[in-house]
Amino acid sequence: MVEKKKTTTKKTETKKQDTKKAAPVKPEVKKQAPAAKPAATGSTTQQKPRIGVFICHCGTNIAGSMDINAVQEYAKNIPNVAYIDNYKYMCSMPGQAVINKAIHDNKLTGVVVAACSPRLHEPTFRTATKEGGLNPFRFEMANIREQNSWVHMHDQEGSTDKAKDAIRIAVAKASLLQDLFPKTVPVEKAAMVVGAGVAGMQAALDLSAAGIKTYLVESDTSIGGRMSQLDKTFPTLDCSQCILTPKMVDVGRESLIELYTYSEVHEVEGYIGNFDVTIRKKARGVMTPKEAEAKGIVGGGCNGCGDCETICPVVKPNEFEMGMKPRKAIYINHPQVVPLLYTIDFNSCVKCGLCVTACGPEKKAIDLESKDEFVKVKVGTAILATGYELFPIEKKEEWGYKRFENVITGLEFERLICASGPTGGHLVRPSDGETPKRVAFVLCAGSRDNTGIGKPYCSRFCCMYSLKHAHQIIEKIPGCTPYIFYMDIRSFGKAYEEFYYRIQDEGAKFIRGRVANILEDSKTKKLHVMTDDTLLDRPVDIEVDMVVLASAVQPSADTNRTRKLFGVSCSMDGWLLEAHPKLNPCGTTTAGVFLAGVCQGPKDIPDTVASAEGAASAASIPIHKGEVELEPYFATCIDEKCAGCGMCVNLCPYSALALVEKNGRTVMEVTEAKCKGCGTCGGFCPGGAIWMNHFATPQIVAQIDAFLLGGEQ
Amino acid sequence: MSAPGNFKIPERGPGIWQPKIIGLLCNWCSYAGADLAGGGRIQYPPDVRVVRVMCTGRLDALFVLKAFADGADGVLVSGCHFGDCHYLEGNYKAAKRMFMVKRLMKSIGLDDRRFRMTFVSASEGAKWAAVITDVVNTVTELGPSPITEFKK
Repeated sequence: MVEKKKTTTKKTETKKQDTKKAAPVKPEVKKQAPAAKPAATGSTTQQKPRIGVFICHCGTNIAGSMDINAVQEYAKNIPNVAYIDNYKYMCSMPGQAVINKAIHDNKLTGVVVAACSPRLHEPTFRTATKEGGLNPFRFEMANIREQNSWVHMHDQEGSTDKAKDAIRIAVAKASLLQDLFPKTVPVEKAAMVVGAGVAGMQAALDLSAAGIKTYLVESDTSIGGRMSQLDKTFPTLDCSQCILTPKMVDVGRESLIELYTYSEVHEVEGYIGNFDVTIRKKARGVMTPKEAEAKGIVGGGCNGCGDCETICPVVKPNEFEMGMKPRKAIYINHPQVVPLLYTIDFNSCVKCGLCVTACGPEKKAIDLESKDEFVKVKVGTAILATGYELFPIEKKEEWGYKRFENVITGLEFERLICASGPTGGHLVRPSDGETPKRVAFVLCAGSRDNTGIGKPYCSRFCCMYSLKHAHQIIEKIPGCTPYIFYMDIRSFGKAYEEFYYRIQDEGAKFIRGRVANILEDSKTKKLHVMTDDTLLDRPVDIEVDMVVLASAVQPSADTNRTRKLFGVSCSMDGWLLEAHPKLNPCGTTTAGVFLAGVCQGPKDIPDTVASAEGAASAASIPIHKGEVELEPYFATCIDEKCAGCGMCVNLCPYSALALVEKNGRTVMEVTEAKCKGCGTCGGFCPGGAIWMNHFATPQIVAQIDAFLLGGEQ
Repeated sequence: MSAPGNFKIPERGPGIWQPKIIGLLCNWCSYAGADLAGGGRIQYPPDVRVVRVMCTGRLDALFVLKAFADGADGVLVSGCHFGDCHYLEGNYKAAKRMFMVKRLMKSIGLDDRRFRMTFVSASEGAKWAAVITDVVNTVTELGPSPITEFKK
């Protein structure tokens, strides 16, 4: 292990030397005025740039919207263009071979491919450039698909002109590109998973099974997440707890998983391979046996006996039971919690000290004065699995949630029908404790809602759990009729449609129509569900004992804060944004950070587990590889131009810059390992003394000039 | 397939003046948002040419001024929403500089509507199309840049 590490560091050193070797040539470029003409020498050699331009048809994706021949004819006259070709699919093997051959035959110094977005195929063509014998950073892409042919489909002239300009701009940049060498950094052999629902647990189990130390951070007092609140799962009708608790126990037992419950991510620094994460352990007031031992209390710590809970005088609603069951100020969520460790809710604790006495002098597990603790860990990669919560459905006032006692949400139904729930599994009306005989299920409650109050998306699993609810009441309450008010039943998964037929056969009543209004009979507390039956084309008003709203889901409350710590974007409705919706659904645009489960978008349990396994696999790749290449876009200081003002030092968000003494002058110095290449320093430097690799001032100015001043020969 | 919202796409054709607009985009939000508009085939006018940088924080105020000096009729800078910057706060710093550019433009008599900074995230393809349409409309209404006119 140790030896291996040494070799990695050596490699890094040699790479660094390479970069340094290339460095002395740089000043020649820097000496040029910022408004360097595209024709000027910008390469590391004195040779005139020879750029090859390759235009991709992308089938008809590009060729269908513009005149490729006209573009090619035009591009011949752009300064520095030494070779030009087009091909139906540039990214195909023959397409890449064209590039390879052209580099050799024409002694090209740079490559421009006019095709799709660099966010899609830049890596492909960089590799092709490298295979042709050039430095991969001698490649520039002109986006003529996503930002041209696809958005100007019916404007052939406009898109052809735009493509000409795009190629001219790209050639101008390619003429000034330099050889760059990616920096290799070692990857810490540890990972972090944020959120310990079924996704987070699965990801942590997979990572630990692959031999990776995993820190699993959960904000609640126990792991298990939403799935531990469910009674049965569709379509197999497995008991949710029965299939989940073995996994919870495994997580608790696995020595490579370090569990942080009642904790949250406080701060994240660093980059792929080397994230420094600060975890805030919220003041819990109860010590684990391990913590007690560390404090010198041998044989002490919480053993989950529950004596403290019995004696605690403070009663609060239990959030795990959706507030339908009481809990004490010192509590556990449910009997199967992992870790079996009590927690004091310091917002309601009156510090009477009764629990301390009940716990006894041997265990001494309770500390009423405990404070938040901060733990720093170093990880190579991280997975976010922050899950979901229910949309506050009371915002849709017409359905009367929180106004009418007998209108409940799907999650409340799960607790009411669950044997370990507040009623021991007997479904009762909240108003009078009577067993309901007619239950209405309102689907798309807040989902597929374009009024601006609800969510425009489909929450994906409500149809199926409502069908399961219908099955459960038919099974448990003889003579009870479920009325399902739906827009469409979306039973898309394996064995889901069959389950739908089964529920139809069991006697559930399906009414197609979005519920317009629910009114309460103030005496009987019965509810009138009103809608327009769109199949029979007539209004309906059905009296029921109880209404279950299949409420929309939304990202959990802390998702936004957590994602910002890790630098992950989100879509308009708050779900975390994947790197690519189809080809990289677990990755994010931040290297080394991955997504698992519902935080990326609504998913049922099978999809959640699948995405968690995908994320774990993706997150383990850099760790097993042992090192990652960072894009060499970092800043460098041109010492002779630097006045040592230090403006940039304050601007840098990563503290990568510092002022140092060099040859008797104060100049800025970049710590390359910390620099992420945003260029904020370079955009401000009053003396133009900061050279941003690959996005250098002369390169950007050349692009601006190429567009506006033309450049045709 | 038309531009979203109430934007009117300007008339095109031989003899009709078309503005030269340069868009300076950050890689992570606006460039990705523009790609998304492409994937969604949301149509917008083709007058904006794009230069990609990693972060709007990279943008020197002089880049914008250079573009105007070179004869751009309009400049668009587009980055992430505040708090969403891939590099934490590059867009704040860019916004500060860009306000400065706007003030400078006003004081030299260049209509500051020719320059705009917008915030388009990677998931806002439709917004990107709306932004471009609006920018092109605004600049088209303002007509050719006075700087190009002086040069004649």
